[in-house]
Amino acid sequence: MSPIENISRRKFVRYLGFATGGLVMAYNLPGFILKANAAEPATGEFKPSLFIQLNSDGSLILVASRSEMGQNIRTSLSSVIADEMDADWKKVSIIQADGNPIYGDQNTDGSRSILLFFAPLREMGAAARVMLIKAASIKWGVPESECTAENHYVIHKKTNQKISFGDLAEAASRLHPPKNITLKTPKEYDFIGHSMPSVDLKDFVHGKAKFGVDIRVPGMKFAAVSRPPVTFGSVKSFDASKALKVQGVEDVFEIPRVKIPYGALGGVAVVASNTWAALKGKEALSVIWETGENGGYDTQKFMELMTQRVHDQAKVVKKEGDVEKAFSNADKIVESTFQLPHLSHAPMEVPNAVAWFKGDSCEIWAPLQSPQDARRDAAQYLGLDPEKVTVHVTFLGGAFGRKSNPDFVMEAVILSKKMNCPIQVFWDRTDDIQHDFYHTTSAQYLKAALDKSGNTTAWLHRLAFPSISSTFVPGTNYASGGELASGATNLPFEIPNLQVENAKADAYVRIGWLRSVCNIFEGYATNVFADELAAAAKKDPLEYRLGLIGKDRLIEAGEGFKLDTARLKKVLTTAAKNAGWGKSLPANHGMGLAVHYSFLTYVAAVTEVSVVNNHLTVHKIHLAVDCGQPVNHDTIKAQLQGAAIFGMSICYYGKITAKDGKIQQTNFDNYPVLRMDEVPEVTVDIIENHERPTGIGEPGVPVIAPSIVNAIYAATGKRYHNLPLTETGLV
Amino acid sequence: MITLTVNGEKKSLDIDPDMPLLWVLRDILGLTGTKFGCGEGFCGSCSVLVDHESVRSCSTPISDVANKSITTIEGLSKINPKLQENWELLDVPQCGYCQPGQLITAAALLETNPHPTEQQIVDAMTGNICRCGTYHRIKEAIVKTVESK
Repeated sequence: MSPIENISRRKFVRYLGFATGGLVMAYNLPGFILKANAAEPATGEFKPSLFIQLNSDGSLILVASRSEMGQNIRTSLSSVIADEMDADWKKVSIIQADGNPIYGDQNTDGSRSILLFFAPLREMGAAARVMLIKAASIKWGVPESECTAENHYVIHKKTNQKISFGDLAEAASRLHPPKNITLKTPKEYDFIGHSMPSVDLKDFVHGKAKFGVDIRVPGMKFAAVSRPPVTFGSVKSFDASKALKVQGVEDVFEIPRVKIPYGALGGVAVVASNTWAALKGKEALSVIWETGENGGYDTQKFMELMTQRVHDQAKVVKKEGDVEKAFSNADKIVESTFQLPHLSHAPMEVPNAVAWFKGDSCEIWAPLQSPQDARRDAAQYLGLDPEKVTVHVTFLGGAFGRKSNPDFVMEAVILSKKMNCPIQVFWDRTDDIQHDFYHTTSAQYLKAALDKSGNTTAWLHRLAFPSISSTFVPGTNYASGGELASGATNLPFEIPNLQVENAKADAYVRIGWLRSVCNIFEGYATNVFADELAAAAKKDPLEYRLGLIGKDRLIEAGEGFKLDTARLKKVLTTAAKNAGWGKSLPANHGMGLAVHYSFLTYVAAVTEVSVVNNHLTVHKIHLAVDCGQPVNHDTIKAQLQGAAIFGMSICYYGKITAKDGKIQQTNFDNYPVLRMDEVPEVTVDIIENHERPTGIGEPGVPVIAPSIVNAIYAATGKRYHNLPLTETGLV
Repeated sequence: MITLTVNGEKKSLDIDPDMPLLWVLRDILGLTGTKFGCGEGFCGSCSVLVDHESVRSCSTPISDVANKSITTIEGLSKINPKLQENWELLDVPQCGYCQPGQLITAAALLETNPHPTEQQIVDAMTGNICRCGTYHRIKEAIVKTVESK
């Protein structure tokens, strides 16, 4: 069965937000399972999940089921289809899909939108092109083989006739999709592999783009919530008298904790006629809290405990050869411990949501990476059929994983049900930083054996960190396989004796995904430690690293994907060449490298720093990336420039601490992020090939911090292990 | 009653004089282009022009701007359309959320100093946070605007 269907006459088309008429096509992608061969033909029931419409006025509309949070996905998706269709780029527009299982997997995470959609979009575009050509050939009574498509027209050169796509839409809507499709060759691409500007540029630059916080519904009230300072604490008692005196405050009441992974934390809500009154009312509250089970969380003490655990034997999760034997036969032993703190996402747009409970239905607007989760949870809480819950996805003002956890939607739903009117719940920056689903904190111990020639003969990596699984299965205190395969168990080094161990770590806050997730600390420790081995062997770090990666080979990377060590080495040598690796540098300057494979993409960084009077300056970061067939050059460059900044924020400043269970950071003054005066030059070299396109949002992050730390070593001979660097006095 | 001009339009508001300009714009006047970022003046997302100077609207009580002229992102094209054009040309935004504040701060710089040096641009823009990390392109767009004058 062909995965592509003409659904122009199907009833459910009207639910997609399309006007009636024209050619509507769908692609059947059941399950959206992430596999190397995800584009294999669908079998069984036709459950379309990717939709386009060509109208008789020529407009081409794509339903974007992935959320836009700065990765330019709306543009990249449309450019792929428009390219294969030979459409006019100016005629393309986008409808943002509501959260609904008809679209398949909508979770915009894991850097996989292009990976999943590239092939289906191309096939659907090509099918539409063939149908338009067929419609024209019938109209003109000429063979299809004599017709071509070009820039939104079908052309018959022999008779010098042309007809626009729009004028063919109706006729094409009565045709079946072709059984065999010929896709363009890379040489024929007009948009793929080029730089396509964002389709939303004008709205962004003129303040017209609607983010979650910008939603206004008639009769809407505004709410702020005072949440338990300790995770899963509760309200003991509260005094609302002062809050109720604030002009504009209309009601104050307690809201419950909803005990599901993305449930509300509970607390005291203030409902008002404007945001400011709600926030002022929240400040005027006096609440006595029960601290609950997590009241003892102290991140400093917890780090000591995790460190102790990684210095002891732990659960073996990978074993090749015999590390102990190799250690006892070693010429030299190298060991290091790495301690990395919790991080908060701090997207510029704080969590927020509008919910409008209407008795037998509910309408929701929010910036969401996982709109179907929000819909499922809201329906469950309200006791409604999910079909009665509509979730509109707005633009996301940054997300970085935070908006995959829609606890803020649950709050809006609770409040709207209670107040019986549309409510926008608004988190201020302190709410955001103190009630995040935090990036985990980790202690890692690495130990290696070197032989007389300096070759690494054994590698032991022990990790302790609270797992994201603890958010879903409370009490989970070991990491999942995927979490450990973020640099540790999938280490791409040719070392005969290798062991990875996982030590126990309980979670005392909600743990979530943050841009590149466990690759942050596993990529960091493995890259810094590999550099230490080069130093111990008294070898050039680049030459030594290429030796560690070893010969060209394919390493199993899960779900049928393979890590290609040749591609890994290529990004590293490319970045090194661009940086001028080995050239003489000014006094106090040093160069450091890092290379990492994550989200099926290869990225290397070669960074030049200087340290003068114990002050660090990062001068240049040279990045090289292999993400398969580049879809949008400018977007890849932007994502990697952004990843460099994000990675530097982690390296310089990122640190969330808890004392007595309470998060101590409140805003950008004590949770700083990188600003323009600290930004180095960043170059991005995109390796050109036509492999399947892979992730680009996250893979740039893990290489930044280790390349900086390795460069500091090159400049000063001093080795740092723990982050952030602000604690060293260097920044 | 507080009177002010917003994007060229006169407004008279019967309102708590302590309410920050940000919330007057967003919740009372429906101009949602100006964004909340931190509420304490650390990030610059809420920047607006008050008589050609950039101020943090999140911490500016409405009474402070009585009888003054406010320009928000929705009205910026009347003051410096070239800046916005260059912002588009260089495809500056990623998520787009902080961009109104970045544009306003850049416009304010160019109002007082039409030919800033690169260092002056960096100094002026360092108060504005972009979490996506569009700083390179922001600087480039400002430089391009300066050069085209």
